[in-house]
Amino acid sequence: MKLSGAQIIWEVVSREGVDTIFGYPGGAILPAYDALLDYPIHHVLVRHEQGAAHMADGYARASGNVGVCVATSGPGATNLVTGLANAHMDSSPVVAITGQVATPLIGKDAFQETDVTGVTLPVTKHNYLVTRTEDIVPTLREAFYIARSGRPGPVLVDITKDAQTGQAEFEWSDEPVSLPGYRPDLRPVSEEFRRAADLINAAERPLILAGHGVIMSAATSQVVELAEKASVPTSLTLLGLGGFPPRHPLCLGMMGMHGEAWVNTAIQRADLLIALGMRFDDRVTGNLSTYAPTAKKIHCEIDPAELNKNVRVDVGLVGDLRATLETLLPLLAKSERTDWLRYIDGLKGDSAVRDIQKLPDDGHLYTAHVINDVCRATGGQAVVATDVGQHQMWAAQYYKHESPRTLITSGGLGTMGFALPAAMGAKFARKDAEVWVIAGDGGFQMTAAELSTCAQENLNINIAIINNGYLGMVRQWQEFFYDRRYSATPIHSPDFVKLAEAHGLRGLRVESRADVEESFEAARNHEGTVVIDYRVEQEDSVYPMVPSGNDLDKMIRRPQSNPIYETADD
Amino acid sequence: MNGHDPLRRRHVFVVHAEDRPGVLDRVASLFRRRSYNIESLTVGRTDQPGVSRMTIVIEGDDTTARLMEANLYKLVNVLHVENLTYKPAVVRDLALIKVKATAEVRAQVLQVTDVFRARVVDIGPEALIVEITGTEDKIQGLIEVLEPYGILELVRTGAVAMTRSAEEVADRPDFIAARFPESAA
Ligand SMILES: Cc1ncc(C[n+]2csc(CCOP(=O)(O)OP(=O)(O)O)c2C)c(N)n1
Ligand SMILES: [Mg+2]
Repeated sequence: MKLSGAQIIWEVVSREGVDTIFGYPGGAILPAYDALLDYPIHHVLVRHEQGAAHMADGYARASGNVGVCVATSGPGATNLVTGLANAHMDSSPVVAITGQVATPLIGKDAFQETDVTGVTLPVTKHNYLVTRTEDIVPTLREAFYIARSGRPGPVLVDITKDAQTGQAEFEWSDEPVSLPGYRPDLRPVSEEFRRAADLINAAERPLILAGHGVIMSAATSQVVELAEKASVPTSLTLLGLGGFPPRHPLCLGMMGMHGEAWVNTAIQRADLLIALGMRFDDRVTGNLSTYAPTAKKIHCEIDPAELNKNVRVDVGLVGDLRATLETLLPLLAKSERTDWLRYIDGLKGDSAVRDIQKLPDDGHLYTAHVINDVCRATGGQAVVATDVGQHQMWAAQYYKHESPRTLITSGGLGTMGFALPAAMGAKFARKDAEVWVIAGDGGFQMTAAELSTCAQENLNINIAIINNGYLGMVRQWQEFFYDRRYSATPIHSPDFVKLAEAHGLRGLRVESRADVEESFEAARNHEGTVVIDYRVEQEDSVYPMVPSGNDLDKMIRRPQSNPIYETADD
Repeated sequence: MNGHDPLRRRHVFVVHAEDRPGVLDRVASLFRRRSYNIESLTVGRTDQPGVSRMTIVIEGDDTTARLMEANLYKLVNVLHVENLTYKPAVVRDLALIKVKATAEVRAQVLQVTDVFRARVVDIGPEALIVEITGTEDKIQGLIEVLEPYGILELVRTGAVAMTRSAEEVADRPDFIAARFPESAA
């Protein structure tokens, strides 16, 4: 059957199991948009292509399937770049399809011509320029395969206009894609398992560091089994949250710059770190030269280029995490490690306890209150997309994610503006889920135009704007390290209630703790997008904090005079 | 990893990659992005259609070399990577050196050329062009000796390399699935 290149694109996309795509049309992608009308694929018209990339990313993270975004050549494609870089840093499977000027115009600085494969080379897992209609099927199939396999990541396919308008025989085969230079299915050799098991069995003070890989490889139950069988307390990276049950007695919480104090201290005292699908980012290690000085390290990681990149490891197990753990588990001896667990309990006892619920209402509204209350109201079951900044760290600390793929946050790139579009993508992937956005007043304004998309799509999500009048996280650094000189951090916002209403959405404002519960009721009972403007304490800071480059256990703690200081006796 | 590691040395890699547009760009971009210290990179066709072969020389410690290998394998178009540094191998560089050589010193220059087993490939009234093939050290040696006469122009190809063993049949890229570097530790 002969089809146009444009039709072929959608034949492949729908066969790859994609039902919703996010994009924005333009000249060089017009043929594809024309053909799209005849395919059962829901297209979400975004307000800026960055939003499309974040939506595809959010869709991918919430579902585990590939998210697809579409843009035209030139400015359309360059607007995707931040979103692709974001997906790349957090290993999110995204396929971006961009239109390109017609083949004879390439290299002529034609209208809206940009070297998009060149621009996106360092921020994609792989990319392609397709100039011939008959190459569309194999290229798109490869793109989906590369995006989702091994360590996932974004793949961009740039398709010239003439390739879209040309005709080619369409043939589909379910044969697995085979690429001579791409082997994502790596397996550790057995002797390495033995060495890893020996280290674990001999350790007295082991600690699990669980990252995004746990979620991507769906290895939660294997990690729990490892923790339980060998009595290993488990800490999580930001992107690992949701990968281990937060109320499990062996769950210690988050590590790193704004992680729990006891976790960071325990890492510095451990004699063995078992790193599972994480990459020793500088935000979790602090000063590398003093990081976990007494610990041997086992690194289970799907990407061999992560081994020994930041931290020298003693055993590296390269491969899919779940498969790795399944082989490792039978080699482990049951142990108790009572002393070590008691020691960590001791660390907890005399440091922060995060439950602020019992503190008296002093009339102020703190972000921690809001997030803690959202968590209680939703039972830790909602899909929460955060933006970047203080509210993100508080969300990580106070929202206890009960299951994988429910925290959607920009970890590696720290992209402000991510929350709203990512949440929208997540909602399309999980239509029955309750979806919350937790965004700062600054970051929300970066992609707030997507409210209009929410309205057009009748999307049912709840948006909590944590409005502190500042680019809070930067203000915090200025407070701590720049002598409180607040350069360019006070930020004005529109009336978010009116903004919501201008889009035909529901808007609410909350200024005191007493009104928080009620705002949830209102939001959860409303069919449609609700924007809640939480006017929180302006100059609150996130604690503890490991100043960047500091030793991990040298943390700035919350001053005791602050009304929401952390109590020891909870 | 570490800027002043005493274990830094030259590492010579032979990389087989699919011969497609942009592959060289991907390799070069990788070096820039990860700030590997690249000394030379040469590319050429092989006897296999569709496969090109690069020789890449970097400076770094063994960990850097291993990470570089792993990162090269992450490039979808890279088929095979071999670090020749600790293997018996032939590494060669070719240089063309245009030296000032008027009649009165020409004989001396020719003599030096001879000692280094280099060849004179062009002679003019004022200058001559010497071609030398050899190891880095040998070429450097000749350059130093010719310097006093006045070097007008110099071009070097960068290293090309090949292992000495006869395993190449089994080792041909079309028989080899992409691999990952030896275990980490
Ligand atoms: C696109 C982008 N620009 C700049 C930054 C730097 N940055 C990190 S956090 C932050 C402040 C965020 O302010 P807001 O959204 O109000 O959140 P808050 O910290 O107040 O909770 C800034 C500017 C960033 N991460 N991303
Ligand atoms: Mg703010």
